[in-house]
Amino acid sequence: MSTPSRHPNLVAFATIVRREVMRILRIWGQTLVPPAITMTLYFLIFGSLIGSRIGEMGGHDYMDFIVPGLVMMSIIQNSYGNISSSFFGAKFGRHVEELLVSPMPNIVILAGYVAGAVLRGVLVGIIVLGIAMLFTHVRIPHPFVMLSTVVLGATIFSLAGFVNAVYAKKFDDIAIVPTFILTPLTYLGGVFYSVKLLPEWAQALTYANPIFYMVNAFRYGLLGGSDVPLGTAYAIMIGFVIGLGALGLWLLKRGIGLRS
Amino acid sequence: MTTAPALEIRELRKIYATGVEALKGVSLSVQPGDFFALLGPNGAGKSTLIGIVSSLVNASSGEVRVFGTDLFAQRSAAMRMIGLVPQELNFNLFEKPFDILVNYAGFYGIPRDEAMACAERELKRAQLWEKAQVMSRTLSGGMKRRLMIARAMMTEPRLLILDEPTAGVDIEIRRGMWRTLREVNAAGTTVILTTHYLEEAESLCRNLAIIDGGRIIEQGPMKALLAKLDVEGFVLDIDGTLPATLPHVEGVALAAEDAHTLDLEMPRAMDLNRVFATLDAAGIRVRSMRTKSNRLEELFVRLTGNKDAA
Repeated sequence: MSTPSRHPNLVAFATIVRREVMRILRIWGQTLVPPAITMTLYFLIFGSLIGSRIGEMGGHDYMDFIVPGLVMMSIIQNSYGNISSSFFGAKFGRHVEELLVSPMPNIVILAGYVAGAVLRGVLVGIIVLGIAMLFTHVRIPHPFVMLSTVVLGATIFSLAGFVNAVYAKKFDDIAIVPTFILTPLTYLGGVFYSVKLLPEWAQALTYANPIFYMVNAFRYGLLGGSDVPLGTAYAIMIGFVIGLGALGLWLLKRGIGLRS
Repeated sequence: MTTAPALEIRELRKIYATGVEALKGVSLSVQPGDFFALLGPNGAGKSTLIGIVSSLVNASSGEVRVFGTDLFAQRSAAMRMIGLVPQELNFNLFEKPFDILVNYAGFYGIPRDEAMACAERELKRAQLWEKAQVMSRTLSGGMKRRLMIARAMMTEPRLLILDEPTAGVDIEIRRGMWRTLREVNAAGTTVILTTHYLEEAESLCRNLAIIDGGRIIEQGPMKALLAKLDVEGFVLDIDGTLPATLPHVEGVALAAEDAHTLDLEMPRAMDLNRVFATLDAAGIRVRSMRTKSNRLEELFVRLTGNKDAA
């Protein structure tokens, strides 16, 4: 006789996370290798070839300056891409029904998928940071800030990817947000430049970009300097986690895009 | 002490966003241990009903209780008692059958070690153990159907709901699945079945409900419902060739299926000898005779007005 564990929700959570991690590792050629290649090219071209002619940015070598933004960009793109493709794939293949007919609460479904996506983000972040450390002098003076920023940033974009997957009706729909929203926000979020270089109106716009706060908090963790106060960055990131988390749970409760 | 019904539905309504009213106040009761058939023409509301009970469709109003537990108020507790075998394939085709079963059990909170032992047991029962480690997309149609039954049995549900489980599988596999379902039911699991094969429902189920246009139009024991049939049909194989004009027998419908086969439909209470005497007088000699059609199909067609079968 099969009996549920004394902690059935914990078992269910671990099952989703394990399945997600196995998927990431099974298709490592699509999940882990491309960000490593892309980042290596970024460091070679923007850092080594062009960066050497730029000189300093924000008090650091240009190559060192772009490391936090590039690592954060990889984390954001991979956590978002993981959950949007995995959850939409489950919807498209109908095996999301395995979750919906099970007794597990909605929060476990959401937490399981988000944890899987955050783990991919962290794994990619470790790979990309490792590559960055081969090219630069970055030495992580504030590891707790770095780690917490990675987890919060990955969580925010995992939740956003989940919302995207819930609403998506076809595979094209999960490509629209990364192409038209995520990439512009990332490139305009201070990855390649200090906000102080921008005219005032552009600075004001940049302060409305959530990625800007993540990149800067992460930059503080890696380089010890940032364009924004750390407290503000954390408050904004936590606010996004709460807001998007509540939205994800509401969508699951109402069954929008999932139940008729 | 009275036992709560395995499934009790009261005044269940569903109006889709398109305005289509799929269920118009369905009430239904299935007793514990029953083998119950839910029949109806295409678009009658069967899948919507099953979708609501398995929490894949949101109800507009009404009440659903599973062994006395309110599905809408205590979803987790109610769903823990239900196993679902849906009409459409709904497992990951890029996962192995063994992993599909173990993960499914995990969603129900069954620890991995225990789930692995259950998966072996269920895959062996479904005769899929040799395929446990292949990609499930490579399985045949019948194997995929059996895999979904094996998956539903992983949690040893008290109520097993099967939506067209034998659709598109050959007769040998279908009979194997019937055997499995009879065993499952004999072990105490309540089974609710929808099927297009009415002889399947007649052979397996003790009680049935017929749904049409979003309402239950008939419900009760299979035998009692079949007894309501007042007409029987036979096919007669004729020695030689039928005459151009068939004889007339009051109250009997005779029609030539081909030159050597006669179709006969007559009231149940009528004496068959009268028909044979008239045929004999017309020079028509009957070589053999068989029941024209499945009795349940007859009842179904009468009640639903000649729509598509189940």
